[in-house]
Amino acid sequence: MRSVSIIGVGCTKFGERWDVSLRDMVAEAGVMAIDDASATGEQIDALYVGNMSGGRFVEQEHIGALIADCAGLSRLHIPSTRVEAACASGGLALRQAVLAVASGYHDIVIAAGVEKMTDVSSGTAADALAAAADREWECFFGATFPALYAMMARLHMRRYGTTHDQMAQVAVKNHYNACLNPIAQYHMEITVNDVNKSPMVADPLHILDCSPISDGAAAVVLAPTDMARRFSDLPVKIAASAQGSDTLALHDRRDLTTLDATVHAARKAFAQANVEPRQIDVAEVHDCFTIAEILAIEDLGFVEKGQGGKAVEEGMTALSGRLPINTSGGLKACGHPVGATGIKQAYEIALQLRGKAGRRQVDEAEVGLTHNVGGSGGTAIVHILTR
Amino acid sequence: MASGIVSYGVYIPRYRIRLNEIARVWGDGDDVAESLRVFEKSVPDLDEDAVTIAVEAARNAITRANIDPCRIGAVYAGSESHPYAVKPTGTIVGEAICTSSAFTAADFEFACKAGTAAMQACLGLVGSGFIDLGMAIGSDVSQGAPGDMLEYTAAAGGAAYIIGSRDLAAEIEGFFSFTTDTPDFWRREGMPYPEHGGRFTGEPAYFKHVTSAARGLMERLGTKADDYDYAVFHQPNGKFPVRVAAKLGFSKKQIEPGLVVPMIGNTYSGSCMIGLAATLDVAHPGDRIFVTSFGSGAGSDAFSISVKDKIEEIRCGAPSVRDYIGDAQYLDYAVYAKHKGKLRI
Repeated sequence: MRSVSIIGVGCTKFGERWDVSLRDMVAEAGVMAIDDASATGEQIDALYVGNMSGGRFVEQEHIGALIADCAGLSRLHIPSTRVEAACASGGLALRQAVLAVASGYHDIVIAAGVEKMTDVSSGTAADALAAAADREWECFFGATFPALYAMMARLHMRRYGTTHDQMAQVAVKNHYNACLNPIAQYHMEITVNDVNKSPMVADPLHILDCSPISDGAAAVVLAPTDMARRFSDLPVKIAASAQGSDTLALHDRRDLTTLDATVHAARKAFAQANVEPRQIDVAEVHDCFTIAEILAIEDLGFVEKGQGGKAVEEGMTALSGRLPINTSGGLKACGHPVGATGIKQAYEIALQLRGKAGRRQVDEAEVGLTHNVGGSGGTAIVHILTR
Repeated sequence: MASGIVSYGVYIPRYRIRLNEIARVWGDGDDVAESLRVFEKSVPDLDEDAVTIAVEAARNAITRANIDPCRIGAVYAGSESHPYAVKPTGTIVGEAICTSSAFTAADFEFACKAGTAAMQACLGLVGSGFIDLGMAIGSDVSQGAPGDMLEYTAAAGGAAYIIGSRDLAAEIEGFFSFTTDTPDFWRREGMPYPEHGGRFTGEPAYFKHVTSAARGLMERLGTKADDYDYAVFHQPNGKFPVRVAAKLGFSKKQIEPGLVVPMIGNTYSGSCMIGLAATLDVAHPGDRIFVTSFGSGAGSDAFSISVKDKIEEIRCGAPSVRDYIGDAQYLDYAVYAKHKGKLRI
């Protein structure tokens, strides 16, 4: 297998992008990434795009051909593939692109992610997202995503003494980081009190514990590492790409407070990259709810099981902490256009490793990690990136 | 030829429900009223609808300036809650105020700005000399689905303006409209309650259209916010008009007399027109008033109005907006639900 590097990155502004369509956003991100790689359209060998539910959100399927077309590449007749793993669609697109280059099948490949979620009512959007859970055994019985994560939170609180204030601090931290990120959906700082006073969604999760409905697109261009310097002075190496799966329904899991898909993907990723969790300098993890970030830093091995809430409270994961988590603002505050999130995570870590993350730059970041989850943990994708 | 407002009349139903009472039923907490800056809203009686409200407002307009109804050559009624899908509100109003039959009538619908669109149509007919006087009405018994955010503000009320070119109480110096196809709020044929795009009703709808129409008019007339004594903007809640006024350079003092939504809610087609009436109730000759309506779907009509001496003469000829606001009887949610026909038997 060949070593693979990121040679270009691009990301649109995330948020309620009422003025643009899905195709506008994916074209914008794609052009940015190709420009950043100093590449031309003719050099692209293949496209992968993560998109969870174009059919439900904008009544558009066949997103693979669409993005090749709107990027002006249809005349080249290159393979263009849409992949779907719910909220991990972006991470999965990146992984498929990595495999395509690593295998030697293609050289220059774009991995993109896009979701346009605000064209439908919030009820329709929530129902489309609920399709990532087990429709027959969870949704039909009234479960929603906030409810599933609320169950994980309640058990975590009971078993490990995690408090809601600790969860709220995840949101406070991520909003702070988002204020430093020009592409973030929210540029407003919040307090623990704001989270506690915000409307309840599913006890103990308040609305400010939840990631928003967002529009956005992101793209990265990959090349074999031995070709990367021809395109970029600052290539970022993909040291590991791992994927894990688990039961679709939460109630079938071994442990409701552990995402085993994450545990297994992380283990494989750390082995591939030959690094330890303590060597990670910066990470983008899947904080679809505040409890999810606490579970993630435990399941990725950054802290002991049950110590995630305390780690957040003590500032370990803050921008100035030992391991800054979600410097982009995370799903919570940068926004969560589901198909784009996994690619945006790679975009953020690439900026950090290049030293180009502006006011949210982590000093001397050399090794970064991205963690993208589908549903309540049926899929997890972990990538480790290095300078 | 100068054209403008010869007389005006309003009507606001007596019944009110406090927003805290609605929040109590839906478990939303007392901060809803504060966040919307609306504290109570008007509720129609069991037998009141957009027609009866239009008739009351029209009669007040006739009475205020002692107008001969037979001079009225057009009755244009704007509403999004016309009781009939087919059969005009305007004809009922015309007969009720005893016009001759020699008048034209039509119903207007443009969400919350149908009434100001009717004013523009009257200005055209009056200005061209086709008719002596025209009557433009905005009246609504607006709908908000139980439990929907709209239910907190959807109220009832209306205003009627008699437009002419002689004996003006206020001259309309000019108007400017800004209209786009923006689906922020709609109600399909046969559906009891409207749907809306949540926050999409804000920036790309209300704020974009109100500011575009307002700036368009000020540019056309060469005026600025400081040139006006008062300003009135469509009032879907208590926050939007305050924010859009600040955006356009108007002070809180300029919009204060016309800001009636905290006490009566959003009267839809009546909203901006009742706000203008409340401002005319206190304005003096020589004052200038800047008015901008907004209708979802979407569009805004901005007007520049100059108050004339005649205002003093007609001011007390009919009940003021504050008279109606002060005459309130409060309902609990159960009786309110009965009044609004929310209980289907």
